[in-house]
Amino acid sequence: MKTVVKTDTETATATPEFEKAALRQESRRGLFLALPAYLYLIFFFVISLFIVFIYSFATRNRFGGTDLSGWNLDSYARISEPIVRDVLFRSVWLAFITTVICLVIAYPFAYFLSTRRVAVRNVMLVFVMIPFWTNFLVRNFAWRVILGNDGPLTNATEFVGLGSAELLFTQTAVVLGLVYGYLPFMILPLYAAIERIDRRLLEASRDLYGTGLQSFRHVLFPLSMPGVIAGSILVFVPSLGAYVTPEILGGAKTTLLGSYIVTQFLTARNWPFGAALSFVLMLVMLVTTIVYFRKGGRTL
Amino acid sequence: MSTSVEPRGWAKAALHVNGWFVYMFFYAPIVLLVIYSFSNSRNVGTWGGFTLDWYRDFFDSSNARGALSNSVKIAIFSTIISVALGTMAALSLERFTFRGKKVFDALLYLPIIIPDVTMAVMMLLFFGEFFDVLDALFGLGLRKGFWSISISHIAFNISFVSVVVRARLAGMDTDLEEAAIDLYASRWKAFRYVTFPQIVPGIAGGALLAMTLSLDDVVITQFVAGPGWTTLPVYVFGLIRKGVTPLINAVSVTMLVVSMLLVVLSIVAQRVRRSG
Repeated sequence: MKTVVKTDTETATATPEFEKAALRQESRRGLFLALPAYLYLIFFFVISLFIVFIYSFATRNRFGGTDLSGWNLDSYARISEPIVRDVLFRSVWLAFITTVICLVIAYPFAYFLSTRRVAVRNVMLVFVMIPFWTNFLVRNFAWRVILGNDGPLTNATEFVGLGSAELLFTQTAVVLGLVYGYLPFMILPLYAAIERIDRRLLEASRDLYGTGLQSFRHVLFPLSMPGVIAGSILVFVPSLGAYVTPEILGGAKTTLLGSYIVTQFLTARNWPFGAALSFVLMLVMLVTTIVYFRKGGRTL
Repeated sequence: MSTSVEPRGWAKAALHVNGWFVYMFFYAPIVLLVIYSFSNSRNVGTWGGFTLDWYRDFFDSSNARGALSNSVKIAIFSTIISVALGTMAALSLERFTFRGKKVFDALLYLPIIIPDVTMAVMMLLFFGEFFDVLDALFGLGLRKGFWSISISHIAFNISFVSVVVRARLAGMDTDLEEAAIDLYASRWKAFRYVTFPQIVPGIAGGALLAMTLSLDDVVITQFVAGPGWTTLPVYVFGLIRKGVTPLINAVSVTMLVVSMLLVVLSIVAQRVRRSG
């Protein structure tokens, strides 16, 4: 339109244009900043995951190499073999037990933390954080020393008169190592969830003559559910794929999924089968996480 | 502070006991490991008088020293790169909107939640397929070893750095940045003189964390390390599988001390925001 317009309308039409251009520029800047990391992740996570996916349909040749031609589902079919099924069931079972034990220990601890004074709480949290980030291999090795033949634990049980505790290379030792390794993963999200709960709700439930147990069951626990789920995922997923712990503390009879996958690559040289198993593991992880976020979970 | 809902009686006692139990559980094994690393006995869990022999053996072993220096080189290199990329990613996510932002955000979580073993497999196959291609394209002369390990460590460290830096950015007032822009500072100057000084603690915390994670990694490194290349954790892991010797106690304690030191520094760095 070429008609003369009043000045204020002119600025009114000009502003959105100007703003749009500014927004576009902002958007470009943001993308520019994100780009290096973005490309890096696409390269090493999206593309490499795709390669794993392709390998899982390939065939192992007689020399332990991989033929990428002739795609098939053999590797996935092998999952139903008894040996593989045993490994899978054992892994899921031990990961489940580990998660439950962590939950039982961590819940009262997280609640206890939330009732402390802020200054005390921060110190306590730091002492949970330290093992959280400290060398995982070394922390598992510490248990090898403790549980070993003639080690401190055996000496202690013999001293008390319980006989020698022979835990090393058993499933119990593996669970112990996993709980030790992943307990902070349960404590931190649980604490974050419990700390957010409005204390007055608990007071109200007590005022209405709820017992401590009832307040826990109907108020505290349901409200802390996001933390329970986040912690459980954070413990269950790495336990399921654990490799270092069963290698150090477990024995031949306690092969877990993580070690089994590694064996496929480094010893058995059956890469397609190993790729299929790691893809399944990845899928389990992705599905649980997505379900969690869909359910409205926010702390991870 | 209300005390009407505080647990009383046996419940309170049980909570206290559980609290002490958790800390005992966390720290007793570490303390025992440290004690036994000074034990003059061939058996790793037996006390045979005080000695520093195992530490001397560690520093005398050229294999261990080589692995240590590899670890340090990789940790420093991968930390520098991942801090740069991670900080940029954090800034883009906290201060800008752009197309594909949500996907990027989700992608950043992937390295954190992906199981180690799966990531190790991904990297192994990736380098198997791409190293030759990259070599042919750029003539980089990439070899499995320093480069493959560093590239893998950067891949998971970007995410951890960006999470830490984002936490810092999210907890920060944007008032000062906006004031700087209003006063005709360029976006870059506003960052350089206003935002950056404020997020330094976050960046330092992220860097120390990245370094810790790089120095700790076993599984992924074991998969991508070429022949003749090993880092300290992979070296120790190999030793443990061959048979436990007190030498491993000494190496472990050294790694533990370094790792704890970095973690504590990282926590301290991140806490600076509260006082400053």
